[in-house]
Amino acid sequence: MGQKIKAAIIGPGNIGTDLLVKAMRSEWIEPVWMVGVIADSPGLARAQELGLKTTADGVDGMLPTMREDGVQICFDATSAYVHAENSRKVNEQGAVMIDLTPAAIGPFCVPSVNLEEAVAAQAMNVNMVTCGGQATIPMVAAVSRVQAVSYGEIVATVSSRSAGPGTRKNIDEFTRTTASGISSVGGAAEGKAIIVINPAEPPLIMRDTIHCLTVDEPDQDAITESVHAMIAEVQKYVPGYKLKNGPVFDDKRVSIYMEVEGLGDFLPKYAGNLDIMTAAGLRTAELYAEQIISGAFVPTSTAA
Amino acid sequence: MNLAGKKITVHDMCLRDGMHPKQHQITVEQMVTVARAMDEAGVPMIEVTHGDGLGGTSVNYGFPAASDEEYLTAVCKEMKNTKVSALLLPGIGTVDHLHMAVDCGISTIRVATHCTEADVSEQHIGVASQIAGLDTVGFLMMAHMIEADELVTQLKLMESYGATCVYITDSAGYMLPDHVTDRVALARKELKPETELGFHGHHNLAMGVANSIAAVAAGANRIDGSMAGLGAGAGNTPLEVFIAVCDRMGIETGVDTFKAMDIAEDLIVPMMDEIVRVDRDALTLGYAGVYSSFLLFAKRSAAKYNLSSRDILVELGRRRTVGGQEDMIEDLALDMAREAGTI
Repeated sequence: MGQKIKAAIIGPGNIGTDLLVKAMRSEWIEPVWMVGVIADSPGLARAQELGLKTTADGVDGMLPTMREDGVQICFDATSAYVHAENSRKVNEQGAVMIDLTPAAIGPFCVPSVNLEEAVAAQAMNVNMVTCGGQATIPMVAAVSRVQAVSYGEIVATVSSRSAGPGTRKNIDEFTRTTASGISSVGGAAEGKAIIVINPAEPPLIMRDTIHCLTVDEPDQDAITESVHAMIAEVQKYVPGYKLKNGPVFDDKRVSIYMEVEGLGDFLPKYAGNLDIMTAAGLRTAELYAEQIISGAFVPTSTAA
Repeated sequence: MNLAGKKITVHDMCLRDGMHPKQHQITVEQMVTVARAMDEAGVPMIEVTHGDGLGGTSVNYGFPAASDEEYLTAVCKEMKNTKVSALLLPGIGTVDHLHMAVDCGISTIRVATHCTEADVSEQHIGVASQIAGLDTVGFLMMAHMIEADELVTQLKLMESYGATCVYITDSAGYMLPDHVTDRVALARKELKPETELGFHGHHNLAMGVANSIAAVAAGANRIDGSMAGLGAGAGNTPLEVFIAVCDRMGIETGVDTFKAMDIAEDLIVPMMDEIVRVDRDALTLGYAGVYSSFLLFAKRSAAKYNLSSRDILVELGRRRTVGGQEDMIEDLALDMAREAGTI
């Protein structure tokens, strides 16, 4: 295997660690740094065991050496509140930021829908929307590429155990950012997002319902075919992305019922909401890496 | 039980929980008429919003006849003494909706979460508690699903975020008076003395009034109900009945009993699309511990896919679904129909 692009993961929590496990398998990405803020965090210890450099001093702990360590891609798996600072700092060092928080500073990327377009824009910061957005926007897009959608609405139901403190404190950011992605990436004229947290034991697998209202009578055959084709695209990076029921057609309403099971790399399988996020982030990074290796894209420092 | 002389605050739900049986189609004019009558009868608090709270307008829960902003603006400006509240479920509504409702003139915001998930309300309760003069309430739904001690831990979280009143909410109408007594008494003991404590009942097992009296006896001072029981499932605690019982027991609500009866009979009952009562499906909600606003969704899916609505509701209970999962109902009905070989 040829050259890989070196990457850093910021945030050694559940998401960062799951991303690390996935990135270790990548043909394009080589994780070399794990950045945390708590010295004795288990996530940093695990990363160290896997041979990564680690720091508990946040991004500042990596900045002095990240250029000589060859880091060209960073993933932020912390929170929306600290993301802007993290992004500014690593961009200054010439590394692209893949944002897994709902900060949404950069353009949205939902790999099955707009990966090529998003990477071709060569933005130094790209945002992965939200877990609910990754799971549902492909379905909105599957309908809107067939015919005009006046309104797209999604309901994401996640198990209580998979909703971490970041999501809980940021729940408004989830609904706003997801709604925004439903329209800007999904192609619905208007978007709405709802999230429900369910504490049942054993934990339920992430469920997503997608309702689209079409402008004209829905073309049932074309939409059904488009939905199945889009599911196959998402399954390339999230094999557990499954259609449970639908599309159901009721006048101009098109409803699609999905279930998302994770790979169970580090996170449990029921946490498909987190798995689809890490998988989408890595998929995006891999395309950036291909572009960097081929010379099509040269990440440059954004320092003044 | 001697509760004579005890003062409580009743809170009418017709114009919010009552939106469920009305499929969110109560008109602005009807809201204003009902609200004026409540004001005239001395009802201290009423709630006005989409049935699923601010921002509830959706395919999933139903599109209302008017926006929350239109309802709240129209009602708030007509009230002489009655205070208006709005409900907000984080995950559905946001802080932006909260600010809008405050601008419309609400006096109380009630931030509701599932009983185990109080921490998703931190952002909203925190913001509300910083708004001068805004009565900030934390509202724990489906409170029958956890034990009293766990429930109190969650109530205290809401109190710590800045709620000055917290609610134990029997969304499924599942609780019996002893369940209410245990939960309310422990909460009263553990919460700060100045924190108000409320109970919101549903009448699915016809225990609304009995449970609300049990709540008052155990230390609750705010009680939700709705005139003629207009609310989800078999409705809320029928407020005119509760007021009459309080009157007999010497519990002071400040509401005119006969005027309350007149609102129920002359204004609310004529508004009903179907009489809100303990029918077989509503009884199933209470029996199986299912979120009351699932009722009409289950009836519709049962009709569409030729299934028994009771079977759907029982299965929703078995799967421990929570408030807000209305989208699960058609999905489940499709599974059941496939299993039955009818699709």
